[in-house]
Amino acid sequence: MDNKLSREQHLELYYFMQLNRQLEERLVRLFRQNKVVGGVYSSLGQEAVSVGTASALEPRDWMAPMIRNIGTLLVKGFKPRDIFTQHMAKATSPTHGKDGTSHFGDLKKVHVVSPISMLGDLIPVMAGVGMAGRYLGQKIVAMTWIGDGGSSTGAFHEGLNFAAVQRAPLVLVLENNQWAYSTPVARQVPLKNLADRALAYGINSRIVDGNDVVAVHETSKWAVNECRSGRGPILIEAKTMRMKGHAQHDPAEYVPKEMFEYWKARDPIARYEKYLTESGLWDEKAKAKIDARIERELDEDQKFAEESPLPAPETAEQGVYCEGCHTVEPEWRRAKEEVMPPAASVEAAWKISDYGAAVAPPHPAKPHHKPPAQHQPQPAQPQTPLPAPAQLSAPAKDQAKAPEEGQDVSQAAPLRVPFGRGPKDRAFEREQQQNQPAKPANRHKRRRR
Amino acid sequence: MPEVTMLEAIREALFEEFERDPAVVALGEDIGVYGGAFKATEGLLAKFGPERVIDTPISETAIVGAACGMSYLGLRPVVEMQFIDFIACCFNQVTNFVAKSHYRWGAPVPMVVRGPSGGGVHGGPFHSANPEMYFVHTPGLKVVYPSTAYDAKGLLKSAIRDNNPVLFLEHKFLYRRVKEELPAEEYTVPIGKAAVRREGRHLTILSYAAAAHTSLEAAQRLATEGIDAEVIDLRTLLPLDREAIINSVAKTGKLLIVHEDTRTGGIAGEIAAIVCEDAFGHLDGPIARVTALDTPVPYSPPLEEYFLPSVEKVAAAARELAQY
Repeated sequence: MDNKLSREQHLELYYFMQLNRQLEERLVRLFRQNKVVGGVYSSLGQEAVSVGTASALEPRDWMAPMIRNIGTLLVKGFKPRDIFTQHMAKATSPTHGKDGTSHFGDLKKVHVVSPISMLGDLIPVMAGVGMAGRYLGQKIVAMTWIGDGGSSTGAFHEGLNFAAVQRAPLVLVLENNQWAYSTPVARQVPLKNLADRALAYGINSRIVDGNDVVAVHETSKWAVNECRSGRGPILIEAKTMRMKGHAQHDPAEYVPKEMFEYWKARDPIARYEKYLTESGLWDEKAKAKIDARIERELDEDQKFAEESPLPAPETAEQGVYCEGCHTVEPEWRRAKEEVMPPAASVEAAWKISDYGAAVAPPHPAKPHHKPPAQHQPQPAQPQTPLPAPAQLSAPAKDQAKAPEEGQDVSQAAPLRVPFGRGPKDRAFEREQQQNQPAKPANRHKRRRR
Repeated sequence: MPEVTMLEAIREALFEEFERDPAVVALGEDIGVYGGAFKATEGLLAKFGPERVIDTPISETAIVGAACGMSYLGLRPVVEMQFIDFIACCFNQVTNFVAKSHYRWGAPVPMVVRGPSGGGVHGGPFHSANPEMYFVHTPGLKVVYPSTAYDAKGLLKSAIRDNNPVLFLEHKFLYRRVKEELPAEEYTVPIGKAAVRREGRHLTILSYAAAAHTSLEAAQRLATEGIDAEVIDLRTLLPLDREAIINSVAKTGKLLIVHEDTRTGGIAGEIAAIVCEDAFGHLDGPIARVTALDTPVPYSPPLEEYFLPSVEKVAAAARELAQY
């Protein structure tokens, strides 16, 4: 473990991990007493992932947790009482009993987007959060989590691909806890390292030991900084282990005993306690003080939740629509004039950097001066990045200035595909037919070369 | 002022809202450089730039998801489905993420999903959908389906300014077929209000979108036969203008509902239930409906014509109802 953190930061990481664990242990007890309405989705053994990642965010940053990421909610600023009341479906819960578990959020202060049960959906949503932040000039980073199982969804692919195309400031933490309900990761994805998926999106990634809170924190810091500097999105795979069943009802008998034992020996909290002691960052007294604080806070908030009333039945009918209860007003951190004409106006034309052919360069006059692109390993930067204003606004003559690419401008300019039957479409079609160069007889032969 | 088509009216609404509020942005497939499959967004990119007019990958879930995320920061995204049929690809994102957001955790989603809908242009089973009832059945959404250029412009402006997610359906048969002169000054049309297109005494024909024109034509034909039909254009399907429905039924005593959506589970059934609950005493005859068949939308012209409600079918149903 690296030691760039201050003593206070170390103790805070411990505080949040232990708070996460103790809170969940209480939730399990409340569940057994029938005081929890729905399920308890334990993150036992995964506390270092939640705490290490979320602690890399600044208050202005946004995040969207998954159901097991209770630790992230605590780090970002929610209180144990929010989680107690959510699980107990109380009127005082952040959703006033409309939803349970960690399905809640806050747009204004904490900047947390509520998860939903359909996995992967948060990825495009958080890509949009990052894009909107960039548009408004807020310099924020968006972070969200996905599991090994959730990475099999279509939304995962669509979301990460779109985020990558847009270079969105999005950190995606792929929390590989080895199990999707009862299905082992090998049945979800035929890859040893799920981080390898980043290659398919042309983005950077890292693998981290998810049971080492400091490593997780430092990797996340790196990822957040990359995104803030415009080099997002970033994929982090945190390797960890779900030490309980899918939820309280599931004894997880499908998990081999030896696997539990292997990971139990690597428990993130026990490991960190040992590290703090051996590094002299705390002593028994300091630990006892933090543990007592956790007990006190949890006692107080659990009491609050248990004494809270259930919601009034008729409130079920309220709140489907926003009927003036919210004002929607973005926080501009840049001049609005920049996104209004004339400053925002551009020439609506694509700049195409190459013809995308597999083998032969497009221009016959410049044969084989470079090895074919397909033999190169794919770079992390995509070939055609987000069309930045400057790029799109480049006048047509600038496009003509790229002969080194072997570009035939007369062919490159019109990307318009006729679709409608309007006068413009017809004129375009006619123009295309007239401008069509005679096809060389050996066209197909040449392409195969 | 020259007459403008519904398509031009929609384009005008987008340009004016983009001009009025820098929080308005657009996302969709081929909406930027190309200007959209039907050219509804033509010129928008040139004027407002790629930060506000975003050409996306073919990823409906990502488009709606990202728009939802943008709206959480106070933007007002307008999403285009290239054809509304493709909204099926992001059904989960629309119905579970977007629609439930405000109810679940008090997060408004001020976004619009708009797209060319409806049949009559031989688009076949995947380019002719009327998907309104999937979404009318989804609390948290608003569903708008205009039939005139004036309404399309005014309702789209209202939809963009609304703090709730609005599904804005544009009937592609009407895109270039309906035309009218629009007011030079700024106006909006409120969501949730029906319009009386023709006053009448003998029966009420309730309809919307292209079927409203079919109904109006049928009413004109019926007038020559001495049947005086009132034609009401719902304009908004969620929330329904119950008051307008009840008032008209109270006046005429007879109700015919016409829609281009398929029959089973179409909005006619819901309206019939509302009338039975609240205006049963006013009814002088059974509630009748003319709808599309309970089949996918067929491709070949004679099949599609057979599938769709027609002036003849509406007039015949009205004649039968008038006899009660």
